[in-house]
Amino acid sequence: MTTLKDLKTPINIVWCPGCGNFGILSAFKNALVELDLEREQVAMVTGIGCHGKIVDYANVNGFHGIHGRVIPLATGIKLANKNLTVIGFAGDADCYDEGWGHFSHAIRRNIDITLIVHDNMILGLTTGQTTATSQKGFKTKSTPFGSITPPLNPIAHALVSNGTFVARGFAGDPKHLQNLIVQAIKHRGFSYIDVFQPCVTFNYLNTHEWFRKSVYKLEEEGHDYTDRQKALEKSFEWDNRIPLGVFYKEERLTYSNNLPHGKGMPLAKILEENIDITPLLESMR
Amino acid sequence: MIGEIGMKINELSILIGGEAGAGIARSGFLFAKTCMRGGLHVFGTNDYQSLIRGGHNFYIARIDNEKVHSQTDYIDLLIALNAETVMLHKDGLVPDGGIIYDKDDITLSSSTLDRKDLKLYPIPLKKIVREELKEQLLMRNTVALGAVVARVDYDLTLLEGVLRDTFRAEVAESNIKAAQIGYKYIKENFKNDFEYRLKKMEIVGKRRIFLSGNEAVGLGAIRAGCKLYAAYPMTPSTGVLHFMAANERKYNMIVMQSEGEIAAINMVAGAAFAGVRAMTATSGGGFCLMSEGLGMTGITETPAVIMLAQRPGPSTGLPTYSSQGDLRFVIHASQGEFPRVVIAPGDIEECFYETMRAFNWAEKYQLPVILLTDKYLVESQMSVEPFDANRVKIERGTLITGEYGGEEEYKRHKITETGVSPRAIPLTKGTVVRTTANEHNEYGYTTEDPNMTTKMMDKRMRKLLHLAKELEEENMKTTKLYGSEEVEATIVSWGSTKGPIREAMKLLHREGIAVNYLQILYLQPFPTGIVEKIMDKAKKTIVIENNKTSQLSSLIREYVLRDVDHKILKYDGRPFNPSYLYQRIKDVL
Repeated sequence: MTTLKDLKTPINIVWCPGCGNFGILSAFKNALVELDLEREQVAMVTGIGCHGKIVDYANVNGFHGIHGRVIPLATGIKLANKNLTVIGFAGDADCYDEGWGHFSHAIRRNIDITLIVHDNMILGLTTGQTTATSQKGFKTKSTPFGSITPPLNPIAHALVSNGTFVARGFAGDPKHLQNLIVQAIKHRGFSYIDVFQPCVTFNYLNTHEWFRKSVYKLEEEGHDYTDRQKALEKSFEWDNRIPLGVFYKEERLTYSNNLPHGKGMPLAKILEENIDITPLLESMR
Repeated sequence: MIGEIGMKINELSILIGGEAGAGIARSGFLFAKTCMRGGLHVFGTNDYQSLIRGGHNFYIARIDNEKVHSQTDYIDLLIALNAETVMLHKDGLVPDGGIIYDKDDITLSSSTLDRKDLKLYPIPLKKIVREELKEQLLMRNTVALGAVVARVDYDLTLLEGVLRDTFRAEVAESNIKAAQIGYKYIKENFKNDFEYRLKKMEIVGKRRIFLSGNEAVGLGAIRAGCKLYAAYPMTPSTGVLHFMAANERKYNMIVMQSEGEIAAINMVAGAAFAGVRAMTATSGGGFCLMSEGLGMTGITETPAVIMLAQRPGPSTGLPTYSSQGDLRFVIHASQGEFPRVVIAPGDIEECFYETMRAFNWAEKYQLPVILLTDKYLVESQMSVEPFDANRVKIERGTLITGEYGGEEEYKRHKITETGVSPRAIPLTKGTVVRTTANEHNEYGYTTEDPNMTTKMMDKRMRKLLHLAKELEEENMKTTKLYGSEEVEATIVSWGSTKGPIREAMKLLHREGIAVNYLQILYLQPFPTGIVEKIMDKAKKTIVIENNKTSQLSSLIREYVLRDVDHKILKYDGRPFNPSYLYQRIKDVL
């Protein structure tokens, strides 16, 4: 039985008091306990930003990569060993700015990993600049007169890219988030959760209170998560009422399951020493 | 070989030229393979532009009794599939050379050509295809190939065999018919006045194979147990992607055409972290994009094999031509300092063996290994002895498979004497494997501590020292010396210049001029000791490179503290020709 104690590391947590990242860490660990996943079985991948430090705070396999590349790095790990539960953690700037190009491709491949985006709508670790999800008019150090660009809508993007698991959570509601993470890990295919993660130091606009006032739960209003059109409508709700929960979910063959040889042994388990290239040499004669 | 008076037997340089999209490279390949199957040695190289239709493409095949290492700049027989080909290449024809062409394309005479010596073989190629064969225009290439076989008095059944093995039955049969018509046309309409002949040789030993550098790299990777190949198409490295993709299912690999080179290098890193042998290939532009990921594999000590096939830059440059301009770039690419291995194969055999070795170095020393090739090397084709699949044994270093039996908690970045840590992979019982692109402690937790920072940098760089020692002690040919020791001058070079240099040495040898040639295969770690020893003995040193600034000379200066005497440099996108090198070497002697 995996316990919270097993998942603890000796590293001091250096997020700001009240940071939304605490909620995500707690939801993640509790999800692993709920699923009874052993430490050896899980690999987490993180990018650069405050979120990236999470790799030091959970005692599972981990690769803290470079900015924007969580998705391809996690993809490589999963392709090499499909028996691993691979979970990518990215920031909003990490995933939606620097690494945006990878997002749609992972979705359309339906590679069997989970992506959790710590979406605080600001660059925190670089002391406060605008990101792809910052609100229009938002004043930061890089937009002192207010951002003139509207934010992008990652949920809608995931839906139109044919995502098979699209959800949104809130760090201020770790129980609800834990349930989303459990569902995401269980999902066979690319599971994606955008998580509202208030930055208490630099984001004066999207605060805990602001989120708490605006969010509601899709499941409490009878949303049918098998209806992509409805999900898309919901993904555009923003002013006053912002939906949390699973927007859309469906089962579809994963990247590996689409390969005839993808059903066999994980690549990392194949330790062939004497691969026969004679037929290839023969074909060149 | 001298046969009847004036006859040249089994010494032939043939050029097939035409528009892009006209199947030039394919025809060259078919003819080259036909020659190889008759026991002859063949070298083939293509020249094409970055477009799909129009423009001018050509393929040169050189055929000989003995092993040939490069093309020549002269042509014995020209196969012109359009009028432009004649005009562009007629001056390259040797005295009494021949031209096979379509008389509906162009009317040739000694006055239009301004040469009286050339043998002209006009064939109504298009007419034959349309009226006699009722086939698509592309079939005229095969008619021309049949004509070539007839013209050099070679064995048509060999060409038929190649056609049969290349195409599906129906297509093969119509191609064979086309070849037979071309063959017959020459025999019936022209007298036997061409001086160049090809004769079947007895095949001694194993039957040779005909392949490109890209295919040799792919073969090496498959044999080495590469299980994940991720790449984004980029000329001239794309041949590896095609080869790996074609063999993905047969060899239980995953071949991923990623959304770009940044994704490719990160997928390779992820896969290698998870314990499989992984590789990518690209050209300079893609390598630029991979640079940040390259540094990540350095600091996280993740094995990665990256093939960079150079083409002329800067930027897009000449996308389908060849260059050696990226040597300094690969040695220094990415921020900060970390150990890496740079290997530059010089021929197709080395493409195979060094790719296999690259995986060994990557895993034994847990670092990135760059195979530095170029367009000329990876897209040229050559007949070679079948590779010895057992020459390079698979060595996976400190990889822990199964269970971790250590007493202390597992440390992915444990500081050891050699700098190499035991390498567990995720899902190894008893371990949690963690790493980070941030500086870290032995467990792989981020650190900013000055002492640990120093220790970790020292640990990583120490690996290179031990690797260099192993290369030396195991007598791993990091350099190769061709020619005797008592010579007038020593040529120093790296990579694909090897072929033309060896051919130029043959030409010099015929005149009694003795030079030797030091090929530097391993550019990092630089084989300082050997290079120093050979330069000590050299009366004169000549560096030959396909770049502007003679990057190898600057490396020699850096490591051996010495200037070379002469530099022969070429940076027009085209490989050296042996006769050009021969002349330039003579000039400086």
